[in-house]
Amino acid sequence: MLLRHTPKEVKERKALTINPAKTCQPVGAMYAALGVHGCLPHSHGSQGCCSYHRSVLTRHYKDPIMAGTSAFTEGSSVFGGQANLMQALTNMFTIYNPDLVAVHTTCLSETIGDDLNQICSKAIEDGKVPAGKKVIYCNTPSYIGSHVTGFSNMCTGIVKGLVEHTGVAKDQVNILPGWVEPSDMREIKRIAKDMGAKIVLYPDTSDVVDSPQTGEYKMYPDGGATVEDIASSGDSIKTLACGAFASEDAAKLLDSSFKVPYEVLDIPVGLSASDRFITALSEAARVTVPAAFVAERGRLVDVIADMTQYLHGKKVAIFGDPDQLIPMVEFLLDLDMIPTHVISGTPGKKFTKKIQELCAEKAPNVQVQNGAQADMFLLHQWIKNEPVDLLLGNTYGKYIARDEDIPFVRYGFPILDRIGHSYFPTVGYTGGIRLLELMLGAIMDRQDRDADDTKVELVM
Amino acid sequence: MSEDKKLPDPSIIKEEILAKYPPKIARKRAKSMVVVDKSMDQEVQSNVRTIPGIITQRGCCYAGCKGVVLGPTRDIINLVHGPIGCSFYAWLTRRNQTDPGEAGPDGENFINYCFSTDMQDSNIVFGGEKKLKQAIQEAYDIFKPKAIGVFSTCPVGLIGDDVHAVSREMKEKFGDCNVFGFSCEGYKGVSQSAGHHIANNQLFKHVIGRDNTQPEGKYNINLLGEYNIGGDAFELDRIFELCGINVISTFSGNSNVTGFERSHTADLNLVMCHRSINYVAEMMETKYGIPWFKVNFIGGDATAKSLRRIGEYYEDPELIARIEEVITAELPSVKQAAKDVLKTTDGKLAMMFVGGSRAHHYQELFAEMGMTTVSAGYEFAHRDDYEGRKVLPTIKVDADSRNIEELKIEADPELYNPRKTKVELEDLEKNGLEFSEYKGMKNDMADQSLIVDDISHWEADKLIEYYKPDIFCAGIKEKYVVQKMGIPLKQLHSYDYGGPYAGFEGAKNFYTDIERMLSTSIWKKLKAPWLETGASDPCICAEYVA
Repeated sequence: MLLRHTPKEVKERKALTINPAKTCQPVGAMYAALGVHGCLPHSHGSQGCCSYHRSVLTRHYKDPIMAGTSAFTEGSSVFGGQANLMQALTNMFTIYNPDLVAVHTTCLSETIGDDLNQICSKAIEDGKVPAGKKVIYCNTPSYIGSHVTGFSNMCTGIVKGLVEHTGVAKDQVNILPGWVEPSDMREIKRIAKDMGAKIVLYPDTSDVVDSPQTGEYKMYPDGGATVEDIASSGDSIKTLACGAFASEDAAKLLDSSFKVPYEVLDIPVGLSASDRFITALSEAARVTVPAAFVAERGRLVDVIADMTQYLHGKKVAIFGDPDQLIPMVEFLLDLDMIPTHVISGTPGKKFTKKIQELCAEKAPNVQVQNGAQADMFLLHQWIKNEPVDLLLGNTYGKYIARDEDIPFVRYGFPILDRIGHSYFPTVGYTGGIRLLELMLGAIMDRQDRDADDTKVELVM
Repeated sequence: MSEDKKLPDPSIIKEEILAKYPPKIARKRAKSMVVVDKSMDQEVQSNVRTIPGIITQRGCCYAGCKGVVLGPTRDIINLVHGPIGCSFYAWLTRRNQTDPGEAGPDGENFINYCFSTDMQDSNIVFGGEKKLKQAIQEAYDIFKPKAIGVFSTCPVGLIGDDVHAVSREMKEKFGDCNVFGFSCEGYKGVSQSAGHHIANNQLFKHVIGRDNTQPEGKYNINLLGEYNIGGDAFELDRIFELCGINVISTFSGNSNVTGFERSHTADLNLVMCHRSINYVAEMMETKYGIPWFKVNFIGGDATAKSLRRIGEYYEDPELIARIEEVITAELPSVKQAAKDVLKTTDGKLAMMFVGGSRAHHYQELFAEMGMTTVSAGYEFAHRDDYEGRKVLPTIKVDADSRNIEELKIEADPELYNPRKTKVELEDLEKNGLEFSEYKGMKNDMADQSLIVDDISHWEADKLIEYYKPDIFCAGIKEKYVVQKMGIPLKQLHSYDYGGPYAGFEGAKNFYTDIERMLSTSIWKKLKAPWLETGASDPCICAEYVA
């Protein structure tokens, strides 16, 4: 048993987190910054954070992840990190020539109270930032929220640092996709294109963290939302913010600073959330939904109808990030599956309430917790007390799945031991079919494995 | 094979690399890039602060302490005091395999768990000691561990939480659980290295020497600086068992607290990773009289040589005969395996930029396959790892590392027991054993090869362009960068999820893995055929139209 010391009996914990269902802010900021073309993320702290964050993103994407660090020493921790950041900016622009640097912080620089605004302004004044180049920044204290909060903070940093207001209205819709995979961002762009909707989408990590192998290394890959496109989002008709935790703050800032109204949507995972997304986009962009989407939607509905016997009534435990879990739980309910245990390490009162609302009718006994001590240790204990038929979550779920012998589908961040997440979308109707394929595959493989010889089915 | 090869002169590329840097940075980096000339004593600037923004491979003090040294110990609860990230990123990401062994499937093994106080902003403002105390209590109540280690992260030092006082208090309260702290804040020192030192010190102060139970068998050793990545220590344990050598404790692959507590009863310390554990080796010699020497179990010949040295140390014909038997039984298949891959590997070039010891150890393994190491370097080694311990007296501790505690150790009034007399040691040295010595990486590198300490992304990029190596060895952050250039990268931290690579079986695994990487078909298919045949050539397009 991999997790042999996890007892069935749940004791209340107030201080100890075991096997967290979250990580810290800066990695989210680093990921968001990679979604801007020509951008070099920069971690203002000691270098360990930067290495860890680059490593986890690299393991998740199997692709290069670049970032600089201020490399604090004990001296800079006492006297402040201004000199480090100034030197880092000079070095990065001289050696690595990015179009812009996006600075985030760590618990170190936040605790000592480095003022990024002041340091970056001084860097510009002192000519450390070459003409035509930019520095944007955000504060990402690791002791508040989670990696999702960090992603959200960098999104607002991007808005603050890059969006402009020209006063000339543009016939386009902003889409803040939230923390999703490059495959999902690509799919959202495809959907918009097929609908004839003009959009500006950022951050956009497609063609950045899923870059092709051509024998040539590009430090700044072809992808990423361009600075020009982002700048123009201040003149858009509307912002669609996918995922309240990751995208709402940036959307609000676009509204308050540039008078671009916004609507918060769920990330379009599953049938219902995709329906709402398509509807909202068609309204915002003032386009009618083409007939092809009726067929696209119909294919997902068809698969659900065809396969319902394998899904109906199956109990599911799920953990991960709130913006991913909310539409996924709704999707499970659309499939007549039963969300049984739901855990997110990311704090925020909205989450538990939303899950309970969604489950009120079809899964009133759902156990849900988020924030402090809502960790995978608790999830495992819940599962020991009430077993489930399927587990959904990031790679760390593998240990519970193996111990408890539960079919397991990798969903969320990080996925360190499989590929697919960066290449095949989970958003939209097509993404819904992929999620179904993964879940059905896991459930049917289990039936094949466990069935008596006489009961093995050729056709399923 | 490798010695005959004339290496290209890297001075030109060094100048080209430095030319890109701002002058001050160029001056500094020049001292960390050394073209090897073995006829000279050359200083390799190392263990100095990282240049901000240069894109380093390095991690932090916490990683060196918790991630590297203490992480692999299976029956200790490693509780990270800090915000969640530090514990999350060190959660199962180093492949320290564990096996509770005799304790069976129910034996203590916390390796798959991640423990954190998950500090929040209120803990930063009002202090985190209360939460830490509560977390230690909860860990004790749920898991009843033998020991709890508390690891400080960046903010802990800044807000002034005293992890040592809290640990003392809780240890006294429990009575049956050893609780001790580590001030391994990420900003300490300049790299992981400071964390190694801090881990060594605390292990020495709080764990080593607590259990005086004497071992029963003969030939009792400790293996220091072997972390059982991909099962390396399992393979070494297998070999030791065949030889009849008893391992009291491994620091710290597949280790347990009990082993550490008894480690001072051994006759001999073998040092594998010099950088991370030489402090414990030295302190154990001073306090308990246990001699140490450097070993290398990476490579078939290297393994045989290291085993023979153990035999020489004990001067016991029975042991020597048994070691020879094992070598005779094991080495031929290793030699054969090396021969089998030679067609693919002979004459190929390797580059290695890894941590603090492997960039040296693996050169021997590559040499066994007829491969040449053209350039190598460490992230965080010190001058003695490059130049040999003879330079130790000349190393100046700079301002960035001055605050790392240096323990004052004296001989233990009761337990000091020199395993060999001075005369015996001198005699052994005359016969070729080198006690308390490590000659460093430079000693084994060819003239004109290039040493680069704390290599930057830019430097690696240019060196690849220059040398066009057949294989590049580094870590996960470099892997896909280098592979995008069309050059396979062997991870020598994680072994790309394979291994073991140590010992006889490990060498064979390594040969076949390298052969596979060098002969992987996909590297020949990177270019799209329409680009390869020259679609831009108008003739090809025109032909069809015509």
